[in-house]
Amino acid sequence: MHPWIGAGAEDRARILAEIGKGSVDQLFSQLPQSVQVGAVGVPEALDEASLLTYLEGLAGENLTLDDMPSFLGAGVYRHVQPAAVDAVLGRAEFFTSYTPYQPEISQGTLQVIFEFQTIICQLTGLEVANASLYDGATAVVEAALMAHRIHRGRRDRILVAETVHPVYRRVLNTYADALGLEVETVPLSEDARLDGCALVAAVGEDVCGVVVQSPNFLGVIEDLPAAAAAAHGCGAIAIQVVAEAASLGVLKGGGALGFDIVCGEAQSFGIPAGFGGPHLGFFACREEHVRQMPGRLVGETVDAEGRRGFCLTLSTREQHIRRAKATSNICTNHGLMALAATVWLELLGGSGLCALANSCLSRAAWLRERVATIGGGWRLAYPGSAVFNEMLLLGPGSGPELVERMADEGVLAGVPSRLWGGSWPDGLLVAVTERSSRHELEALVAAMGRVR
Amino acid sequence: MSVPNDLLFTKTHEWLRRDDGTVVVGISHYAQDQLGEVVYVELPDTGLTVDAAEELGTLESVKAVSEFFAPVAGEIVEVNERLDEEPNLINDDPFGDGWLVKIRVSSIDEDTLLDGAAYEQFLAEESH
Amino acid sequence: MLREEPLIFERNPARRTRGGFRLPPADVDDVEPTEVLPADLVRASLNELPDLGELDVVQHFHRLSQLNFAVDEGLYPLGSCTMKYNPRINEQAARLPGFTRIHPLQPVSQVQGALRLMWELSEALRSITGMAAVTLQPAAGAHGELTGMLMIRKALEARGEHRDQVLVPDSAHGTNPATAAFAGFQAVEIVSAKDGTVDLAALDRMMTDRVAGLMLTVPNTLGVFEHRILEIADLVHTRGGLLYLDGANLNAFVGRALPGAMGADALHINLHKTFSTPHGGGGPGAGPVTVSEVLKPYLPVPRVVKNESGFGLQWDDESSIGPMRGFYANFLVLVRALAFIRSLGPDGLREMSEVAVLYANLVRHRLRSAYHLKYDAPSMHEVVFDDSLQAEQGVHNVDIAKRLLDYGFHPPTMSFPLIVHGALMIEPSESASPEEVEAFCEAMLELAREAQEHPERLLEAPHETPVGRLDEVRAARQPVLRWRPGGPAES
Repeated sequence: MHPWIGAGAEDRARILAEIGKGSVDQLFSQLPQSVQVGAVGVPEALDEASLLTYLEGLAGENLTLDDMPSFLGAGVYRHVQPAAVDAVLGRAEFFTSYTPYQPEISQGTLQVIFEFQTIICQLTGLEVANASLYDGATAVVEAALMAHRIHRGRRDRILVAETVHPVYRRVLNTYADALGLEVETVPLSEDARLDGCALVAAVGEDVCGVVVQSPNFLGVIEDLPAAAAAAHGCGAIAIQVVAEAASLGVLKGGGALGFDIVCGEAQSFGIPAGFGGPHLGFFACREEHVRQMPGRLVGETVDAEGRRGFCLTLSTREQHIRRAKATSNICTNHGLMALAATVWLELLGGSGLCALANSCLSRAAWLRERVATIGGGWRLAYPGSAVFNEMLLLGPGSGPELVERMADEGVLAGVPSRLWGGSWPDGLLVAVTERSSRHELEALVAAMGRVR
Repeated sequence: MSVPNDLLFTKTHEWLRRDDGTVVVGISHYAQDQLGEVVYVELPDTGLTVDAAEELGTLESVKAVSEFFAPVAGEIVEVNERLDEEPNLINDDPFGDGWLVKIRVSSIDEDTLLDGAAYEQFLAEESH
Repeated sequence: MLREEPLIFERNPARRTRGGFRLPPADVDDVEPTEVLPADLVRASLNELPDLGELDVVQHFHRLSQLNFAVDEGLYPLGSCTMKYNPRINEQAARLPGFTRIHPLQPVSQVQGALRLMWELSEALRSITGMAAVTLQPAAGAHGELTGMLMIRKALEARGEHRDQVLVPDSAHGTNPATAAFAGFQAVEIVSAKDGTVDLAALDRMMTDRVAGLMLTVPNTLGVFEHRILEIADLVHTRGGLLYLDGANLNAFVGRALPGAMGADALHINLHKTFSTPHGGGGPGAGPVTVSEVLKPYLPVPRVVKNESGFGLQWDDESSIGPMRGFYANFLVLVRALAFIRSLGPDGLREMSEVAVLYANLVRHRLRSAYHLKYDAPSMHEVVFDDSLQAEQGVHNVDIAKRLLDYGFHPPTMSFPLIVHGALMIEPSESASPEEVEAFCEAMLELAREAQEHPERLLEAPHETPVGRLDEVRAARQPVLRWRPGGPAES
């Protein structure tokens, strides 16, 4: 008898007798014989201790980010991880409950989402934020499709800066193909920012949206006001993507700079790297577009006695009501990850997030200064461009070679910049955070000095 | 609520009242009752030319969405802007203040429309 | 126990600096943001966010948690959601640093354990479904549906066919038609037969050369198995279409039957239903898609591959639909699912679906004198009653649901299937004891009596919850979607 199955053999016999069936097989009599099997070919069961040993074995085959100084970023960052975050996530009231469709017994989850929506609005400078999406890449897709819908499908081009994360752009292509949305890439200029002239030349009456990421894939801060103005000049929706959400601790969210949608990846807010997931897509927009927004929304209301309470609202946008005409097919989202982000943000608070972002900024500035002194072919690809916490370094070899040689020196130095192509030089994308101690930074610089 | 007999109805539950070359359009008491409390109304733009039976907009309750259709062909000359702030008018006064649009008629197909008595009979048949 | 908790923003309104977490020390020189960033892009302040000590924040979430119902509190028989126990060893395993602290862009030589885990889970899912290949990428069931439908689209294009419709039964979950639309198809509804299953004559009529395929849930949302599944698959294939099976209800026959043998070309699996990973108050889940040989070339990239030196990642393949998300999967969800499968083994998986089906039939047996069963076909893992017997007293499914909260149980699903008006879709799943399932049945029978004798008790319910019925009309008419200083009046 397995401990996760509630009824033992005696129980089953008793229930079978009560419902008037001679055998369990009778319950499956609707299934054609040819689809039935005696057993499936998975390995034999493991007891709990053996199971843990097996999984610890698999975990032990991986080199963790704590095993050597790590400077990997490219959309997944290693920020502080307060113990209280996981302690809250471990409460069964949160992690073993379903989507809060019954508000009377889900006020905990609903209020958390309401607080999450509020904080995302504050960080993005926009009026409405949803309850979460899967990740940054799919958030960009949802934003593009929303821009297409706002223009009622009459404008079929969307302009995407080449400096938007290459994986996000690829994912957008996967989705856009089927819906007749043409994704056009706008190149970057020599300072690693979106080429403003190319953008102005590309906009037109058939463009539904303009997508810009800042800080961009190469770490560089984009000229957001100019991009928003170019989008609005042709009546398109201006979309800002944020892949490093910690940057919002020091940089204004796009809403304050004219953007209509700000969306992206919030893994930085207390969510482990976890080999790429689950992470947290966030999505905010202007109130006037809320009816075209994807995903769940929580609103404030009152109960029969006038007590404040929260419930899912504006649900007519969603698949369970509008079916084929829904604003997205999303149902299950990343609610528990939104809880993690909310706990993390509320623990740090405004002053903590600001200090964290400044710490990233200071460490990046320190590293940029030191790179110039290393020699041996090491240099900043874009020394004149402003960055938050990530930068493209060129060195004595290709990106993948540098990764390997630096690992031999005991440092996880970064991500090869041309892993997915791109019209920028081949080097290392190096990210620092508030966790990159002086000691680790020195180790990085020293290792670079040895790789010539 | 009894069905007013100065109105004509469609089988998709819109009503219309003729008024000197234009018609006022709304949804029936039965339709609003089926939908529940209306929380949002999406109305067409004025100036739009529509065919009979063309979708004009949507009505939303908390847990349902329903489209409404043009009972005649013509041009939208006015929409009920009060519904933006007071969608409850559709529930409270479906045949009066809860009207939806006014259409300047270009053609009307009487055969598609029911008078009050015929509509009541249609509803009675529908419920079986 | 507290019944309400203020919003965090309402604490410490003067925003006196406190701080709930200490950052690593500043061991490099501070820079002034405006010195290194364009001044017009630098944020002035973040003082709308709270500023509280750690205990304040922990208490806040502890108290909020107590306003939730959860699987650990009582039976959660929410139909089609498979709210089973979330084993604690899985939670522990998913928190191993060797899983949480690895970056998706580390060289593959450093993450062989993670890739092996994905490979082994893929193999297990192939065995369980009898399908040819699998992608673990999708983050949820609906995401899996879209992945599958985009593969179908691509496969048909490769054949030079441009089919623009997808058939979806009227009993389907709302994600099916929504997915069809997002994959660029027109969703065409196919009306169910009298027993709630697919009407073969209707399918025969509608399965034209415009139709890319059929999206079918097995067992369907009534908990009824499509006993003509082989004929259905045959008809769809003969007409040049492909068969998408929605695996939301896979808990009904895992270890007993193979979707691969049913003729499926694609089938998604909700790991957060069938394989016990937590629902997390709305997610994250994971929705791997298994496919037949026909669709295998179109699987998303990156793919985990096995070669002489171990495991690798393949980022490019011309025939692939492309990536569906950032990186590879909701990896930490996969850890839990593999733990579950390895704990149960082949016998445990078979017992799991047997008990799930047994319990649903027990509920059906005990409640059918008190609740109306519109479709009397044999039930698998769930049973769908409706409120028509109670409606005579003015009591509807929502009232039954709200009163059930007072009895300490989570209500059944009510929003679908759309073909059952006033639906009460009950899925006990296999984890609970028989006593718990029987106590739920007793509560439902008591409610049926109350509905006849004291309908007001249901109409005014719930009475025992932190808040009463909420004014959802007000929430939708005057949406307040965020807190603002000064309260909602200003928003």
